[in-house]
Amino acid sequence: MSDALKELIYKIADDQFILGHRNSEWTGFGPMLEEDIAFSSMAQDKIGHSFALYTMLRELGEQDPDTVAFTRNANQFHNCIFVELPNGEYDFSLVRHFLFDTAEALRFEMLLNSSYEPLALLAKKIRGELRYHTIHANTFLKKLGSGTEESISRLQKSLDYSLPYAMGMFEPSPYESELISEGIFGGEEKLREQWTKKLRK
Amino acid sequence: MNTITSDTVKEWLEEVKDPEIPVLSLIDLGVITQIEIERDVVKIEMTPTFVGCPAMDFMKAEVIESIEKRGRKAEVEINFRDSWSSDKISEKGKIALKKFGLAPPPDSAKVFADLEILENAKCPRCDGTDTELRNPFGPTLCRSIHYCNSCQEAFEQFKPV
Ligand SMILES: [Zn+2]
Repeated sequence: MSDALKELIYKIADDQFILGHRNSEWTGFGPMLEEDIAFSSMAQDKIGHSFALYTMLRELGEQDPDTVAFTRNANQFHNCIFVELPNGEYDFSLVRHFLFDTAEALRFEMLLNSSYEPLALLAKKIRGELRYHTIHANTFLKKLGSGTEESISRLQKSLDYSLPYAMGMFEPSPYESELISEGIFGGEEKLREQWTKKLRK
Repeated sequence: MNTITSDTVKEWLEEVKDPEIPVLSLIDLGVITQIEIERDVVKIEMTPTFVGCPAMDFMKAEVIESIEKRGRKAEVEINFRDSWSSDKISEKGKIALKKFGLAPPPDSAKVFADLEILENAKCPRCDGTDTELRNPFGPTLCRSIHYCNSCQEAFEQFKPV
């Protein structure tokens, strides 16, 4: 079970770690001060979440969080390409934030029932914090989605560009069946279904 | 050495404040989740307000210092066994927050059942609720930014989580 568990934790942590850094690139460059602060805060949350997960990995025998975060080579990261993509314009960053955090909130919702207790406990904590990320994403998506012709077409363009990449968030682990049968995680397929349902709303 | 109880340690820790909100002790903030005494060792469990809280190591060091200067050994563990929610802030803590000019967090379960509560946070200056949520993210992870239409001024709220 240990390899399957580690693989899952690496994947979740690396996604957050990389996107956290992308978010932090908005610090000082946001389209308005409040968005600057929002993306910086979300960066801090995400890197904090990844740190808690890397700390959990250390307890499973991996190296210490700083070593894991900063000294691996690119091919040792388990994140999806979606979170790596350069920030581009604000509309793309916002759409990615919306798609990713909607999935992330559902993922931690599922992990509340994880048979691995430390993960279930952390999920309970992170879930509350992610509410603010999804509130933020929904608010701004609504604002721009009902704004000018330009804002609407920009969002649509970013959405069309993002969706194929977003599917990478749900890439099954090589240990997928083990994760599911051991009750560690309900599985990427189930998560993707819930996510798709949520987006339709 | 005198025998001490967990209440003694609680009294000691009153002096350790949240570095971002100096009127609030860690006890009132609710981040000290367990205190146990074993011979001359004080074992403490703490939990962060926000997982990414940058002040955690600092607070841990202050807790250790507060105990060691009284001649006891301290062991502090940070974990999520009894994870923090804004509902853990004591009544005394909420009053201190308001005096400090920060709106205290409303009951978190109520907020997430009805997000409108976030839209109409109670202004710490005039107690009015004719207010708007400006940004769920404020100057620190635990604060959101609101605007009071009566006072025509912005204020911050300690976020319900
Ligand atoms: Zn007011």
